Amino acid sequence: MSVDKNTVAKIAHLARIKVPDASLEPLVGELNNILDFVEQLNEVNTDNVAPMTSVVAATMVLRDDDITAGDCRDEVLANAPAAEHGFFAVPKVIE
Amino acid sequence: MTELTALTLAEARDGLVAGDFSARELTQSYVTAMETATELNAYIVDTPEQAFSMADAADARLKDGTAKAMTGIPLAIKDLFCTRDVHSCSASHILNGFQPQYESTVTQNLWDDGAVMLGKVNMDEFAMGSSNETSYYGPVRNPWKASGSEKELVPGGSSGGSSAAVAAEIAVAATGTDTGGSIRQPAAFTGTVGLKPTYGRCSRWGIIAFASSLDQAGPITRTVRDAAIMLESMASFDPKDTTSVDCPVPNYEAALTGDIRGLKVGIPKEYHADGVPEDIEKIWKQGIEWLKDAGAEVVDISLPHTKYALPTYYIVAPAEASSNLARYDGVKYGLRVTGESLDDMYALTRAEGFGDEVKRRILIGTYVLSAGYYDAYYLKAQKVRSLIARDFANAYEKVDVILTPTAPSAAFALGEKSSDPLEMYLNDIFTVPASLAGLPGISVPAGLSQDGLPLGLQLIGRAFDEETVLKVGGVLESAAQFSAKPAKWWGAK
Amino acid sequence: MSNYIQGATGDWEIVIGLEVHAQVISQSKLFSGAATAFGSEPNTQVSLVDSAMPGMLPVINGECVRQAVRTGLALGATINLYSVFDRKNYFYADLPQGYQISQFKHPIVGEGDVVIDLDNEQSKVVGIERIHLEQDAGKSMHDQHPTMTYVDLNRSGVALMEIVSKPDMRSAEEAGAYLRKLRTIVRYIGSCDGNMEQGSMRADVNVSVRRPGEELGTRCEIKNVNSIRFVQQSIDYEARRQVDILEDGGQIDQETRLFDANSGVTRSMRSKEEAHDYRYFPDPDLLPLQLDQAFVDAQKESLPELPDAKKARFIKDLGITAYNASVLVAEQVSAAYFEDMLADLAKRTGKAEKDVATAASNWITGELFGALNKLGQSITDSPIAAGQAAELLALQLDGTISGRIAKDVFEIMLESGKGAEEIVEEKGLKQVSDTGAIEGFIDQVMTENAAKVEEYRGGKDKLFGFFVGQVMKKTQGKANPKVVNEMLKEKLDA
Repeated sequence: MSVDKNTVAKIAHLARIKVPDASLEPLVGELNNILDFVEQLNEVNTDNVAPMTSVVAATMVLRDDDITAGDCRDEVLANAPAAEHGFFAVPKVIE
Repeated sequence: MTELTALTLAEARDGLVAGDFSARELTQSYVTAMETATELNAYIVDTPEQAFSMADAADARLKDGTAKAMTGIPLAIKDLFCTRDVHSCSASHILNGFQPQYESTVTQNLWDDGAVMLGKVNMDEFAMGSSNETSYYGPVRNPWKASGSEKELVPGGSSGGSSAAVAAEIAVAATGTDTGGSIRQPAAFTGTVGLKPTYGRCSRWGIIAFASSLDQAGPITRTVRDAAIMLESMASFDPKDTTSVDCPVPNYEAALTGDIRGLKVGIPKEYHADGVPEDIEKIWKQGIEWLKDAGAEVVDISLPHTKYALPTYYIVAPAEASSNLARYDGVKYGLRVTGESLDDMYALTRAEGFGDEVKRRILIGTYVLSAGYYDAYYLKAQKVRSLIARDFANAYEKVDVILTPTAPSAAFALGEKSSDPLEMYLNDIFTVPASLAGLPGISVPAGLSQDGLPLGLQLIGRAFDEETVLKVGGVLESAAQFSAKPAKWWGAK
Repeated sequence: MSNYIQGATGDWEIVIGLEVHAQVISQSKLFSGAATAFGSEPNTQVSLVDSAMPGMLPVINGECVRQAVRTGLALGATINLYSVFDRKNYFYADLPQGYQISQFKHPIVGEGDVVIDLDNEQSKVVGIERIHLEQDAGKSMHDQHPTMTYVDLNRSGVALMEIVSKPDMRSAEEAGAYLRKLRTIVRYIGSCDGNMEQGSMRADVNVSVRRPGEELGTRCEIKNVNSIRFVQQSIDYEARRQVDILEDGGQIDQETRLFDANSGVTRSMRSKEEAHDYRYFPDPDLLPLQLDQAFVDAQKESLPELPDAKKARFIKDLGITAYNASVLVAEQVSAAYFEDMLADLAKRTGKAEKDVATAASNWITGELFGALNKLGQSITDSPIAAGQAAELLALQLDGTISGRIAKDVFEIMLESGKGAEEIVEEKGLKQVSDTGAIEGFIDQVMTENAAKVEEYRGGKDKLFGFFVGQVMKKTQGKANPKVVNEMLKEKLDA
């Protein structure tokens, strides 16, 4: 499988990274090199092999339902590029 | 008296406890050394004020008898660790100016034990790289140069600032993180010891994520003993990290008995890769001999899926990264490039904030997870990953530890491989398999190449058996008698 | 009976499936320790995890898992002992991580079913496809600033159960009945407060139409509808819209639509229509969720009697009407009120519960609900407690007061808050059953109306009611009507 310019443009949009048209073509080459490389995996027979779901063989521990965090608006907003009246502010969204 | 900066962590600890010098004096000597080493570009941010106040607190503890092994030890902290109110940007422009309101569990553990923070060190952006050339803050220069050459070399990556700082003696030791080799490979490139613990041994809480199922913090130090001491402080079970494992942290230093008689050491035939320089093969053979001489039994083993580790890694890691890095969108912290719409703002912010390698991996990761490709790439890779883990499990039925080279080459020149991503990726060929299986691995300096550059050997252990890895590492270290230091070419001006 | 839509070209059948997002009742969020309470100051219930600070990690709340399992059990569903949390990746201002943690391939609850109650005592089974746990998003406010959208992350990370039905409903009425039943069940077991106005229950409505018996048509999804009435309106509108398009020879585009409550129409959400590709994959920050059967069994033990079982028991063991049973079990508080009142009433009257159950159920569904309705109150804050109601009804059943007096006493109880016995005592409302006293009144009436007595005796039977009325009037309504009837008849016919 390989990607073309359209596919790269599409995934760049999915990833919300602006890619100028002029940069699409070189990216096609770079990404296809990587994809060709990973294509090797097709040689491996993985019938009846379960995908790895966790690196450690442990079961997930359930947390108690206690309020242990929050009430720290100043910390939450401390690094925000734009915050007004206790909200994060972003360019207006039209739904 | 020897220069304080020449002391190992263990020596510094003993000196502090004996009262030979104070934590403030030790810190002062590092702060001075750092000032003369700026051209290495190892540190992104120096925090001398913090360092001195921490050193004073350490001196108080040394006096009142509450000191621990790490008390008063000046450390360099990789920029990937969130440190409260201090620059923590993963060497990325997208986290421009970010100062977290919290402290990572690993660094908190170190501070609780009385360690001293000298500053935040450089790294590949978001830990994506093997040469420290993808940093927004510019490349780090390896303190080592090849004999007779003035060429600047890379310190390895992604923990290149950490490895360079330790090798240049501008930190006693440093924290690193390892996703596919980012502790072990830079350690090998700089003649230092790099230990990646078992996945789940150190908490990932407060460490800026690259690939969650692979990332693991560990120490880069001057000696195996130093690594043992520092890991004991860094490691803990952390209820804030679901993947951290509730398993007691042993006294690692006590494991360094030097006695490996009867221990079985596996030599995987698949690590005799094509194109690996003779130097590397030679040092590996040498390592095998040293362990034999120490009474270990050497066993030839096979890890049949080794070849597929790198392609597996280059699906799994970018996939996870593409999702982990979605939070950098200009809304909550870091860089924002204003756009006409919300989507515009996202796309412009992320285009400007991420470097080329990070973008490349986000795009690959986005692609392999996208509709119609998930099964062929991501699911396939996770299946192969199971097979790779199974290879190791089978091997550990026969052996106690595995010996391999750490990297397929010694340190290379700045810019030499940065134009070809794939060539760069191949640097991790020997370190990635253990990462995929979550196993502990250490790189120990074993000798010099023909060009006079350090070469490392890697030991891979069973899950949560860092003790064996350290013990065998200690034996290799003693046998290698590696005492070379880089000629100090920096700070002359 | 058919629910078909009559089109110009023939009948159409509506096919409806619902995805209900029900907020789990918990103190803290699904993956963080921040509080979940409704209506706090913006961004005050936000942890560093909820605001997706770098390096922050999710840790699952056991209570949310427990409530999802209980909900599954209450819907007779399979509980999956192994489930997995996945990341659903997309960018939006109120989604701080850039992904929502949800369950995609391996949900915690599998197939189950819900019996819905329709008009005229019919019922129908609607299949449950699955229930999964997921995080709620934050809230974007677009109307606070001319050029900015404000984002509040208080909701971000609150646990939701997405309850997905099979496409088993065939009318707006059925969809409404399904939602009501679901709400009743989650309220019974306390896993969700079912409060649609505050958004703790919302529905995505999938609607398609087809010729009866044919293949499923293309569906449209109406997002985020927040009342049962709106769900029903949106279905009726959407089905009609689709029929009109098809009858004009057009075709339905599969799309996401929005219901506008003001105009009652659905409209396309083009902005959400761009190729969505959520890139689901297992969240590597979490481990698979593994439950043991003992945990599930313990949750099953913890379930209260559910509405369907309760209704069946009321009908079978207590002999009340199916209608009364349905009304009483619709809310757990009503059912509890009934059962409390019934126990008390049986004790007071010395009768078996089943012998007084019909009277009690009639009284609650008639008198009490009527009064509460007038007062605009719900049974939760009923001014008359179950014990007080039993006291009143007992007086009526043992003949101390007549049914008519009982109504008056109830009025006084509502106004004064006093007990029924106290009121009856105070106002001397005890029914007169003393035949001597009643005979005196009858004689008086017969004397005063001698002419009418003659007419009656001459065959004008209808006048009997007049005499009864006169006697009751003289006794101020306190005479036992049964005694009055008997004695009057005896005397007149003598």
